[in-house]
Amino acid sequence: MASAPSKLYSDDVSLVVVLLDANPFFWAAGAGGGNHPAATLPFSKFLDHVIPFLNSLLLMNQLNQVVLIATGINTCGYIYDSGNGGPEGSDNVSEISSEILLRLEEFVCKDRKIGKGTERAMGGSVSSLLSGSLSLALCYVQKVFRSGAIHPQPRILCLQASPDGPEQYVAVMNAIFSAQRSMVPIDSCVVGVQHSAFLQQASYITGGIYLKPPQLDGLFQYLAAVFATDLQSRNFLQLPKPAGVDFRASCFCHKKTIDMGYVCSVCLSIFCQHQRKCSTCGSEFNQAPREPNSASDTIRKA
Amino acid sequence: MHTINKPTKYRISLKEPGIPGVLRMAEERFIFTPHDPRSLLKLDVPFRSIKVHKFSKDGSKQALLNLLHEGGGYIFEFDSFSDRNICRDFVGKILGKLQATCPSKDDKAVPDKTTPAPGEQLSPMEMEHRIKLLRDDSELQRLHKQFVMTGILTESEFWATRKNLLDDTTIKVSKQRTGFKSTMLADIRPATDGRTNKVTFSLTPEIIHQIFAEKPAVHRAFLDLVPKKMSEKDFWTKYCRAEYLHRTNNSVAAAAEAAEDEELAVFLKHDDILADEIRHKIRRVDPTLDMEADQADDYIHLQDHGLLRDGGKETVDAESELSRRTLSQDLNRHAAVVLEGRAFDVELGDTRTVAEALARSKKGPSLEAFDKNESQERLEKACRMTEIEDLRGPHQLPYAPLFIKDPREYFDSQQANALRALGDSNAGFKNTDYNFNLEESYAYLMKQISEAKVSGLNDIVQSDVAHKENLTTSLV
Repeated sequence: MASAPSKLYSDDVSLVVVLLDANPFFWAAGAGGGNHPAATLPFSKFLDHVIPFLNSLLLMNQLNQVVLIATGINTCGYIYDSGNGGPEGSDNVSEISSEILLRLEEFVCKDRKIGKGTERAMGGSVSSLLSGSLSLALCYVQKVFRSGAIHPQPRILCLQASPDGPEQYVAVMNAIFSAQRSMVPIDSCVVGVQHSAFLQQASYITGGIYLKPPQLDGLFQYLAAVFATDLQSRNFLQLPKPAGVDFRASCFCHKKTIDMGYVCSVCLSIFCQHQRKCSTCGSEFNQAPREPNSASDTIRKA
Repeated sequence: MHTINKPTKYRISLKEPGIPGVLRMAEERFIFTPHDPRSLLKLDVPFRSIKVHKFSKDGSKQALLNLLHEGGGYIFEFDSFSDRNICRDFVGKILGKLQATCPSKDDKAVPDKTTPAPGEQLSPMEMEHRIKLLRDDSELQRLHKQFVMTGILTESEFWATRKNLLDDTTIKVSKQRTGFKSTMLADIRPATDGRTNKVTFSLTPEIIHQIFAEKPAVHRAFLDLVPKKMSEKDFWTKYCRAEYLHRTNNSVAAAAEAAEDEELAVFLKHDDILADEIRHKIRRVDPTLDMEADQADDYIHLQDHGLLRDGGKETVDAESELSRRTLSQDLNRHAAVVLEGRAFDVELGDTRTVAEALARSKKGPSLEAFDKNESQERLEKACRMTEIEDLRGPHQLPYAPLFIKDPREYFDSQQANALRALGDSNAGFKNTDYNFNLEESYAYLMKQISEAKVSGLNDIVQSDVAHKENLTTSLV
C-alpha cells in the first residue's frame, strides 16, 4: 500500500476484498457425501475455483488489488493482500496460490486454537463470523480511502457457505449500513445450503449483486461472469437482478408477517399486538390506545 | 351646640374698611348684624353655602376670617386673634360636619379644615393623615363622599373599618429615607469678602454628615479629638483650613502647616482608612475578571484621567505624602457613598451623635465572617471558571444502556420473508450431515487444504460442466 498514492488510477481499477468462509462444520459436512453442497464442492475444489478467480482479478488490470479475508467460527484474519507483494513479489500464479494455501492453513490452526477454550455448542448451525470479516474488510477499505485523493474502487465479495448467524444480527446490520454509507458495494455469492438473508440485504442495500449459483461445479464461471468486472463496467452488463426481496417485517411474538404493528420505540422490535413490556429490550410501555392505527408507534410497509 | 357672639367688622372687600357689627354663629347659619341699624349689610347665611374658610395667620396685621361661598367670600375682621380663633374653630367644626372632608384643590389655604366626628377629638396630625389618605386614594375619597357626606356613616365609623390603613401608613410615614445629595463636596466654596483676607466656609449638618461619610479619616479624627482635645468649632476650623490649603494648591504651605500641626496633617494626608477599604475591595474582586477585555476602551490614556481636583494641572509629585486626589478618585468615592445611602436614621442636629451613629452603622455586620464566606465563594468560582476542559472527562448525559436480550429475534423476523421470496425450499436441510465433531471438522478442513496444495491447479471448470446450458447463460 505504500506505493499506492504514486500510482495513476482510473475508474476501472478495483480493490476487491474477498471474504472466504472457512467454517469447518460446513465443509466437513460434505465428507459424508449426499446432496450437501460441500459434497459436490469440497473445500479443496472450492479453493480451486476461488484462487484462479483471484488471479484473474489481478489480470484484469495491472493496478487491481485483491485482499483475501478468511472467516472462521472463532476468528477472522487477512490471508492475502496483493498490494503487499512489492516490486519483485509473488507475481507468479503458483506462488500466489501456495501463499494463500499456506496462510489459510495457519488461519485454520489459529481458529482451532482459539476455539479450544470455549467449546461452542455442537450442532448443525454454527455460523461463521460474517460480521467480523465484514468489519475487517470495511476497515481495510477505510484505510484505502485515506491513502490519497485517488484510489482504486473498492468492493467486497462475500463467498458465504455456512448459514446466517442470527446472534450477529446487530453487528452485521451495522457493518452493512457503514458499507452503504461509504458507498462500498457488497457482492455475495452463496455456496451454502440455503439463501442468506444477511447477504441478500447487504447486497440490496449497498447496490451489490447477490447470487446463489445453482451449479456449484461451475463456480469459477459464475465468479468470472458476474463478479469479475469492475464497477464502471458493471453498468453495461446484464447482471442478475436483485430478486424482489421481501423486507416485510414479521412480528417478534408470532413470526407472522404484518403490514402494521407496534414498534418498540427503544429497540425497534416489532409486535403484532400491544405488549406491556418489550420482550427484546425490557422497556416498559405506557397504556396504548386500543386501535393500532391510531398509535404513533405503528409501522406501515407496503 | 351653642352659639357664639363676637364683635367683628364685616369687610365687603379687603380694600374697604369694615363695617362694625356683631357676628353670631349658630349650628345652621351665621348672622352678622351691623351696629348701625340703618345699614343694609345685614347677613344671614346658612353654613351650607360656605365652601371653605380662610384666615390670616396668628400675629399677622389683621385677624381675618374669610368664609368663601360660590360667588365670593365674607371677610370678617376681628379685634383680637383669640376671638378670631374661637370663630375659626367653630366654623371649622361646622363645616367639617356639614360637608365632611372633601379635599379641595386649594388645601394649602385650609390647613385647619378638620373633620372631627362629634364627640371625638382628633389630633391635627391624625387629621392631616386622614386627609392625605383621601387625597392619595381617589377610590377612598369617592366612598367617603358617598357615605360620610350623605350621613350614612359617621366619620369614625368610616375609619373604623379602615384602621389598618391608618396604622400602616402611620408607620410608613418615614419609610423612605432621603439619600445624600448628589452634589459633591467640591461645591462648598469658600466665600471671600474682597476686603479682608477672611475666608468663610459654611458647614451645615447635612454637609458634615456627608464629609463623615466620604472621608472616614475625618470621621475618625472627629471621634478621637472632639471634644477631648478640641472643641467642635476648632475641629472644623482646622478642617476648613486644610481644605483651603489643599484647594489653593499651595503644596509648600500645606506641607509646612502639616509639619507644624499633626492634627491638621490628618486632613491633608492620604486617607488610610479609605485606602484600606479600597485594598479590601480589590481583594474581593472577582478573580476571573478579565482586565484585558477593557483594553479597547483605554481610559487610562484619556486626557482627563489623572486630572487633579479643582482643575489643577500641575504634575503629580509622587513623593509628596500629602494627598493628591485625582478628580476621578473623588468622583468614584462620592458615587460610592451616594449609592450606599444613609444607613441610619438620626436627626441631623448634633454632629457628635451623627458621627457616632455613623461609626456604629459601619461596624454593623462583622466583616471578618462575611469575608470568610466571600473568599470561599470566590475560590469556588475561580475553580469553576478556570476549569481546563482537557483535564476532565467528557460531560456525558445520563443514559439508559440499550439492553437487547437476543438479537436473534430481529433476524428471525426478517429471514422468513426474505427466504420465502427467493423460493428457498431447503429450510429443513440444514441439520443433516453435520456428523463430525469440532476436531474432526478442523482436521477435515486441513486435509482439504493440503489436498489443494498437493493437487495444484487443474482444469478449474470441467468442459462438460462449462457447456451446460443453464450455467451462466440464464442468470438474468
